[in-house]
Amino acid sequence: MCEEPWVWQREWVVPSRSGAGSPVLEELLAQLEQKNWGQHDLFGIHLATEEALVNAIRHGNGLDEQKHVRVACSLAPDLVRIEVADEGQGFDPGAIPDPTDPENLDAPTGRGIMLMRSFMTRVDYNATGNRVVMEKQRHSPSSVEQAGLS
Amino acid sequence: MPRQQRLDVSEVGDVTVVHFRDQRIIEDLGIQEMGQELFRLVEEEGRKKLILNFSSVGFLSSAALGKLITLDKKVKAKGGVLKLCSIKPEIYEVFAITRLDRLFSIKKDESEALADF
Repeated sequence: MCEEPWVWQREWVVPSRSGAGSPVLEELLAQLEQKNWGQHDLFGIHLATEEALVNAIRHGNGLDEQKHVRVACSLAPDLVRIEVADEGQGFDPGAIPDPTDPENLDAPTGRGIMLMRSFMTRVDYNATGNRVVMEKQRHSPSSVEQAGLS
Repeated sequence: MPRQQRLDVSEVGDVTVVHFRDQRIIEDLGIQEMGQELFRLVEEEGRKKLILNFSSVGFLSSAALGKLITLDKKVKAKGGVLKLCSIKPEIYEVFAITRLDRLFSIKKDESEALADF
């Protein structure tokens, strides 16, 4: 696989505290906006990154502030890659029940990973399940957006 | 009545209409407070006809969806009815992906939601 022509790369180490991922999101979204990524892409990247950060901080590290979450973002002209790693024991993403099954539809949790997979081009976990790599291919403005109808 | 921090609550006839003060329902504390304020409307104030108007909301996470699902259960348990309205396209997509558009009664705007009671 050839390496992408990254135009911006950044790493953070954040404590496992509620809201600690906000500066990561703010900086990432500012970079994407500066490079004129579309609103739909921004929404999806925001949502997927938020879900990954909450999963790492709350579920992976159990809100233990002695544990940290490492985030790495790389931005190419048409691709963003976001890696989120926690210090938890990991989990099997394949074992998460399908939240759209009728029997799970009214469960209050369990939708984060599904949303990440829906809005990103690629979502891969390591074997342990404590590191996720997500990629989003930039969408060209759709005909709807170009027509100003979105 | 405790002061609402996250919601603006009004009445139209016997229907309670809720607007959200936060444009982004994302931050953990904010979601917890939003949930408590919504639950209070049902459990302590006994409101049975509710409309959640999302016109000001541009972003919400799955944790916020969880609070809405719990609210829906509480409303149904009291024999009430909950309707959602004025949801922006990106957020509606989140409801559709997770099939929550089938769980909730979602209307185009507030007048349509009011007319549906």
